[in-house]
Amino acid sequence: MKKSVFLGTLAAAGLTAGLAAASTLDDVKARGELNCGVNTGLVGFAAPDANGNWSGFDVAICKAVAAAVLGDASKVKYVPTSGQTRFTALASGEVDVLARNSTWTFSRDTDLKLDFVGVNYYDGQGFMVRKDLGVSSAKELEGATICIQTGTTTELNLADFFKSNNMNYQPIAIDSNAEGEQQYLAGACDAYTTDASGLAATRAAFADPENHIILPEIISKEPLGPAVRHGDNQWGDIVRWTLNALIAAEEYGVTSANLEELSKGTTNPEINRLLGTEGDLGAMTGLDKDWAKRAIAVSGNYGEIFAATIGESTPIGLARGLNGQWTQGGLLYSPPFR
Amino acid sequence: MTSMTGVPKQGFRLSQLIYDTRYRSLTIQVVVFMLFMLGAAWLVDNTIRNLQALGKDFNFGFLTYRSGYDIGQTLIPYTNDSSHARAALIGLLNTLLISSLGCIAATVIGVFVGVLRLSKNWLVARLMTVYVEVFRNVPVLLWILIILAIFTEVMPAPNAYRVTDQMLAEGVQPAATMVLFDTIAPTNRYTAIPSIGFSRSLGGFDTSFMPISFNFLAMVAALGLGIFFNRRVLATAKAVQEATGDRPVTWWKSILLLVGPLLAVMIALGFHLNLPALKGFNFAGGLNVTNAFVVLWLALSLYTGAFIAEIVRAGVLAISNGQTEAAFALGLRPGRTMNLVILPQALRVIIPPLISQFLNLTKNSSLAIAVGYMDLRGTLGGITLNQTGRELECILLMMLIYLAISLVISGVMNVYNNSVKLKER
Amino acid sequence: MSPTQSDSIAFVRSEMLPQKPAPVSEAGAIRWLRENLFSSPLNTLLTLIGAYVVYWLVTHSLPWLSHSVWTAGSVSECRQIITDTWGADATGACWAVIRERWSQFIFGFYPWQMVWRPVLAFVLLLVAIAPVLFSALPRKMLTFSLIYPLLAIWLLWGGSAWTELVVLAGFVLGWATYVALSKGSTLIAVIAAVLVPILWWKFAAAPTTEVLQNVISLSIPKVSSSDFGGFLLAVTLGVGGIVMSLPLGIVLALGRQSDMFLVKSLSVGFIEFIRGVPLITLLFVASLLLNYFLPPGTNFDIILRVMILVTLFAAAYIAEVIRGGLAALPRGQYEAADALGLDYWKAQRLIILPQALKISIPGIVSTFIGMFKDTTLVVFVGLFDPLKGVPDFVRADFNWKGIYWEPFIFTGAIFFIFNFSMSRYSMYLERKLQRDHH
Repeated sequence: MKKSVFLGTLAAAGLTAGLAAASTLDDVKARGELNCGVNTGLVGFAAPDANGNWSGFDVAICKAVAAAVLGDASKVKYVPTSGQTRFTALASGEVDVLARNSTWTFSRDTDLKLDFVGVNYYDGQGFMVRKDLGVSSAKELEGATICIQTGTTTELNLADFFKSNNMNYQPIAIDSNAEGEQQYLAGACDAYTTDASGLAATRAAFADPENHIILPEIISKEPLGPAVRHGDNQWGDIVRWTLNALIAAEEYGVTSANLEELSKGTTNPEINRLLGTEGDLGAMTGLDKDWAKRAIAVSGNYGEIFAATIGESTPIGLARGLNGQWTQGGLLYSPPFR
Repeated sequence: MTSMTGVPKQGFRLSQLIYDTRYRSLTIQVVVFMLFMLGAAWLVDNTIRNLQALGKDFNFGFLTYRSGYDIGQTLIPYTNDSSHARAALIGLLNTLLISSLGCIAATVIGVFVGVLRLSKNWLVARLMTVYVEVFRNVPVLLWILIILAIFTEVMPAPNAYRVTDQMLAEGVQPAATMVLFDTIAPTNRYTAIPSIGFSRSLGGFDTSFMPISFNFLAMVAALGLGIFFNRRVLATAKAVQEATGDRPVTWWKSILLLVGPLLAVMIALGFHLNLPALKGFNFAGGLNVTNAFVVLWLALSLYTGAFIAEIVRAGVLAISNGQTEAAFALGLRPGRTMNLVILPQALRVIIPPLISQFLNLTKNSSLAIAVGYMDLRGTLGGITLNQTGRELECILLMMLIYLAISLVISGVMNVYNNSVKLKER
Repeated sequence: MSPTQSDSIAFVRSEMLPQKPAPVSEAGAIRWLRENLFSSPLNTLLTLIGAYVVYWLVTHSLPWLSHSVWTAGSVSECRQIITDTWGADATGACWAVIRERWSQFIFGFYPWQMVWRPVLAFVLLLVAIAPVLFSALPRKMLTFSLIYPLLAIWLLWGGSAWTELVVLAGFVLGWATYVALSKGSTLIAVIAAVLVPILWWKFAAAPTTEVLQNVISLSIPKVSSSDFGGFLLAVTLGVGGIVMSLPLGIVLALGRQSDMFLVKSLSVGFIEFIRGVPLITLLFVASLLLNYFLPPGTNFDIILRVMILVTLFAAAYIAEVIRGGLAALPRGQYEAADALGLDYWKAQRLIILPQALKISIPGIVSTFIGMFKDTTLVVFVGLFDPLKGVPDFVRADFNWKGIYWEPFIFTGAIFFIFNFSMSRYSMYLERKLQRDHH
């Protein structure tokens, strides 16, 4: 009784309670701030620095969307979400976009009522082991102890992989990446499994990265991408095409360096349409002409973001691989801006 | 004398509902009940509308689906082909295991420390005070994480036990050796201990809950028989003591009766220990007790033990000094004074707060997630919730189960409390 | 006296001999050692074990602690410095991470230039709580204690001070209504005193605030809840939870003592339900389920949701503490109140509750210590508690990957200092109350 009355008066007092309107775009504009769900801390993808400024590969997506919609990349409220709370945070309207390296799966797209708008990182689950273990393939891990982060798709993939290869293993569930590293380094598990990008990032930070190898087997497909609530197609379009704009910008050679120059008009009509000098693509999604230009201006095109946050020149040192442009043999393929 | 007929006879008036103490409590209760029902209806209505808006339903059918994930420690058979309900059951059993063992260890630690804190030994009393204060005033989550870190950093990896041919040839000792006559190998993943094996099996039967072997049943029966006869012997001894004042020596009979039948059955069945041995990456053959379990168990017992120590100390201090002096005057030694006079009386003061410590320990066991121990929170409220996205069903079910556990614990302890309570006559 | 006798005594000492020192084994340090450390074989054994434990702890932690590095930009730099200074095998503590990130451990992401606000709020908290804890202080200070919660909300979250003042006006309005109407029917006065403020908050508060804000701006920059972290979050949740749970806890305790079956069983049901489930499940309710239970579209931030559940959680425990206080009052107090002809609420307000609350303070402090420790669990719903949340994201910074013990020791020490002093205070109070009683 007390509980309900308490909640009742609370709701009656109208404490910060606002009705979520039908359109997320209007909400965000009215609020003047984009609520973006990010990881509580994953090196390279999303982490706050000593001053509380967030940066990383996923964070760049948040900033680009904020720039496209609100015209200011700093108008983002980062809502750190755990593996358990992320989808609820999106479904309940607490966040507008979920950019938290979440895998696009059938059931999440349908049953959990999310809409994945695209893929910003093609990942796959791998294994890391110590070199002196003498293992060169995941098929040799019979009977091994494996550290695994709980609350993710990796658990299911791992179970499937060992089952299909008729092998046994001993899982050690861990709560966060930081703990997984510590357990693995202390030898509490023979292998550490998570997304290959995470493994690379983890290995790069070791005192002795040369003594650890990432096994060649990639046991799953993990297309990571930003997600929005099901049902608001306009908002989904905005996030989808902001991502595509970053990818297309790289394909057409639009960088943060030549953006201003190119936006004065070029001979390539595709670039002109993208940057708003020709036609008015922005208006079709409820934005203005310069939306894509602003999104690209924040931290450059997809390639620049990749290089600055997780690329080969950073300590994480990920190669483009599958995440190269389709013209370079990768999987990134933005639909035409037309 | 004025006549009483002057008092006007009135019918029931509405204002009586408020001003007449005969009706007022009824009025208040009706109002409270209506408010309560309104509130509940409001919550249920909101939930239904929210579920509709999300296109979800409220059903527990997902519990029968294949779970698809593996669990590190399973007390009863489980594979990733088992259902979510079975996974929840595994979690529940793990919760019950850690709570019951934790309560026992915490009580032992608590009594030990509580008594030592009152010791005249300056150093020991100070050390125990430091232990109690340090453990009580820091969050249990920190202790769990610290003990986990100690276990992973200090204990050797299974690999350290490996003896290769090359090492034998060179005469190099492995980095770690098994303890206790080569039967137990503590590692940073688990502690490998011998498991019990029988060379002759009486067969068994399979229930859907767990397989039960007749060997096990035979041992239980033998033990039960021993306990039964031991009781008879003790009762006879008591009768003799009451009749003659001399208590016959019974300890060897007790040991014989308790251990004898069990030992006989075990030898008949070909009892032996399966020693753990390093095979491939890990120890096999024995039983591997995961560190997640050991760490959580230690952390919860040490943390709760510090609270219990304070309760025990307060209980002992609550017994008046005259009791000790009287016991000394009767010629009892300090140890027996504690056991026979002080503790039984202190127990009455100790039990009620002890119950709430047991409840706390059980509830704190839900922090298992920090070490990856798969308890009810980890299976039903963790992976199952995450994989199925049924947060409403999972969390409500989990809360109900925890509530049931708590109610059972406090019920049982209250029964015990009533049995030791001072019977005032 | 015969002369022969006096002759036989050749000498009678007329002054006292100087005292001899006690035997070596019965004096000074040796006696102390014998009595306190080696009084029996068992005690000797215990002493030796204790001494070994101390020796082991010191030898295992001292080298690490003595090799402390305070200035470095990353873990690898730390390792380098330690290797350079103390040799290749040396291990050492890298306190540089605390030096660089201490503000996040304490304040989370609270904007640095506004950090004076939580600091001021904390200092004022001590002022507000002092008259409650120390009865020697003037009672007038309690007025400030009553205003403090609103002041703290304003300082911490910022925005227009008029919001808080208008809320405060609601309370004053309610009180004034009660005073004005209590000449007539008490019941009507109570109902009006509850209804008027609610109506005021619901309809008049927002426009009034706007008007007043336009006339005189009393605004400080807003800070979003999501910027709260570290100990600021822990203290806010702990103190907020306890303060908000007090009224609810009192009502629940009275309900549990009530003769009315329905009221009693509802109170018992609520208390036992909350006490029977782990806090972490309630936190999951806050983060995952609360949105289901509220009207569709309601959405407010996670810290407020956690605060609501923490309040409900604390209320159940506070109710039990206050029930203990109520039970500890001598029966005569209730009977005296009845004899004076006081009705239920007057008796509670004037006689019972003041005394019951006073003897409940040690219990409330203990509950607060427990709550304060339990606030670390919010990490499991994605908030940045100082124990695991903040260190986890600090470790997500490439420079500080792999740092482990130092944050634990730092936060552990702060928790210890806070809780130890509070528990000492509560013990002092308990002893004092016992003395007062006799």
